[in-house]
Amino acid sequence: MHADPAGVLTGSHFLDGDHACCEGALAAGARFSSGYPITPSTEVVERFASRVPTVGGTFIQMEDELAASITLQGAVWGGAKAFTVTSGPGFSLMMEHIGLAIMTETPCVFVDVQRGGPSTGLPTLPAQGDMMQVRWGSHGDYEIIALCPNSPQECFDLTVTAFNYSEQYRVPVFVMMDEVVGHMTEKVVIPPAEQIEVTPRRYTTIPPGEFLAFEPKDDLVPDMPRTGEGYNVHVTGLTHDNRGYPDMTPAQQDKLVKRLCNKIRQNVDKITLYEADQIEGADVAVVSYGITSRVAQRAIDLARDKGIKVGKFRLITAWPFPEKQIAEIAAKVKAFVVPELNLGQMVREVERAAAGKAVVRHVPHAGGSVHKPEDILQAIMEVAR
Amino acid sequence: MTTIGITPTNPVEPFLRTDRMPHIWCPGCGIGTSVNSFARALTEANMDLKNVAIVSGIGCTGRVAGYMKLDSFHTTHGRAIPFATGLKLANPKLNVVVYSGDGDLFAIGGNHLIHAARRNVDIKVVCVNNLIYAMTGGQTAPTTPGDVVTSTNPYGTYDPSFNLPYLVEAAGAVYVARWTAFHVRQLARAMEEMFTKKGFSFIEVLSPCPTLYQRRNKMGDGLDTMKFYKEKSRIKNGAPTNEVALSKSGEIIVGKFVDRERADYRDLMHDQLEEVLGDQYVEAEACECSI
Amino acid sequence: MAKGSVEIVVERCKACGFCVEFCPTHVLALSSAFNAKGYHTPYMVHPEKCSGCDLCGMYCPDLAIFGYKQPASPKERRGCRATAAGRSRR
Repeated sequence: MHADPAGVLTGSHFLDGDHACCEGALAAGARFSSGYPITPSTEVVERFASRVPTVGGTFIQMEDELAASITLQGAVWGGAKAFTVTSGPGFSLMMEHIGLAIMTETPCVFVDVQRGGPSTGLPTLPAQGDMMQVRWGSHGDYEIIALCPNSPQECFDLTVTAFNYSEQYRVPVFVMMDEVVGHMTEKVVIPPAEQIEVTPRRYTTIPPGEFLAFEPKDDLVPDMPRTGEGYNVHVTGLTHDNRGYPDMTPAQQDKLVKRLCNKIRQNVDKITLYEADQIEGADVAVVSYGITSRVAQRAIDLARDKGIKVGKFRLITAWPFPEKQIAEIAAKVKAFVVPELNLGQMVREVERAAAGKAVVRHVPHAGGSVHKPEDILQAIMEVAR
Repeated sequence: MTTIGITPTNPVEPFLRTDRMPHIWCPGCGIGTSVNSFARALTEANMDLKNVAIVSGIGCTGRVAGYMKLDSFHTTHGRAIPFATGLKLANPKLNVVVYSGDGDLFAIGGNHLIHAARRNVDIKVVCVNNLIYAMTGGQTAPTTPGDVVTSTNPYGTYDPSFNLPYLVEAAGAVYVARWTAFHVRQLARAMEEMFTKKGFSFIEVLSPCPTLYQRRNKMGDGLDTMKFYKEKSRIKNGAPTNEVALSKSGEIIVGKFVDRERADYRDLMHDQLEEVLGDQYVEAEACECSI
Repeated sequence: MAKGSVEIVVERCKACGFCVEFCPTHVLALSSAFNAKGYHTPYMVHPEKCSGCDLCGMYCPDLAIFGYKQPASPKERRGCRATAAGRSRR
């Protein structure tokens, strides 16, 4: 279905990534946000707090990130599309409720504008150090979806996508920005509402009394009941059966946790997004994401000027990781070059997917700025020899 | 209750997920007793049950949500109140009740509780206070009175404890009462009254934990504790909350301590935004997620 | 004739004794028999004294017992009955 025009600021704008992300959330139908201030993410909810009273919705500033990350889930069960926004230290505090959203299949969106860590680290400077935390940070086994915009335009577009995926698969979806993408200002085109596809909530049509709240459909995702309509739904973070009742047996644990993972794994082809350029015939493929992909583009251009056959593969979904695509490329190229603003995170996935068929060269950076294109170029030249 | 039907039914039965009975609570635990009062309050207050949602945290009392045949949410430890805040703000027609324990609400969840009271979010909080962490094996809680032996204070507790009504009143609650599991009728009336209040309302229910509190402190079983409540309780409505702190074996002041009016969070939000934004303000009646 | 009676879902009972202790007319006593979990469940030792006040029901932490006013109709059954979830064993 199409976006509600009330939330869509159609037109050409000059926005930074944080503000564009907010507009994406409004366009996607988000009418609730609970937040806690943290640099460099706060501008997203500052704009939301300014905009949403004119659209019909609520922003509440909570007492901490623990509260922010569960208040939005209460709002989701109350009927709203909801999200929160944070950065590293706050993201660490939200881990418990990411687990709750996974276990209770609560559709919601978390935006993480990454900054340098560990701990308070570099509040105003970029990093891409939360890429493994978003995948593994909460306890137990699970799958999530994480998207990596590399421009303010994509902050808008992928925030809409994040809400759509969250509703489709009933899973928390993460927009993994970084400080540079969040704070860089560029042209952002917001289309008319009728050109923005929005995934509606999967409300059941089965009446109360006959409805099993966690009985999966064919795609392994259950439909949702409406709160306040007599469904007497029970929602728990405990391992539960299809009624939602606690069932803490090894058999039910196996059944539930596998379904929660498989609903993403079996739909991975529908979820995976990436950008590939000149991979055919390339000797080297540069795999990057977020702001680093734009620095890498400069290195790729310089390498091509030198006659090196370099392909580009940009992760748009970091999770689920496009391992099938990387495996195919590994069979064709000599080497991968993987620059990222951390000391080795997504590169591990590239190594795993390449499975020894191609050399994988990491170009680490501890964060605080972006790579020098020359450092990435140097790595390309070395592996191309 | 007057039953003239062919088959009289237990007044609590319509509110229970009977397919989950018997419940997990120990013999002589007072949590189930408080549920009786809650069920009678829902009946007496003529609540439309479709619009009553119950939210619990973690712990023995945290299991209440799972036994009530209502829209029910068993959340994470300490976070029932912020979940309830989101639920209420997104769906204002709901009567949102938080039913949880003292450790959940006042230790790990203490920050959320004081801020929800400060904002005066329109939620009703029932705190079953058994003075201890029961589910995890009898550790010291922020409510455990001095000298009480717990599994983490085996030589007697020396941590000073919270006086819950005093704290909640100071934080801004519009309704504050305390009863014990012995005071079933007064508790039911207080819960009924709580539903008539708009804003952050709080009822403390003192409850036996015979397995982990009374046994370890040689205070008998659940029934002995109920007799203790009967003997030691003094009803003092309107008592200054700074005078109602609990001790191991002293007097228990019960009653309604606070009943006042304050604009609730939604009204404050509405009035401010309408005043400043005028015609531009679009009130969020209900965040109905049609899109 | 008693003004009221009680019903007990025997298998829910955990024999805390609250109903016996706090019954204002001392109608109930714990039985010497056991339910399936090994608890001595209450029964009406003085059914004629029951007023049907349901204080037992309000106290019962196991949501197992309740009292009700005796119906006027003579067709109605009297005394302590056990409900579907378990028969009272006395």
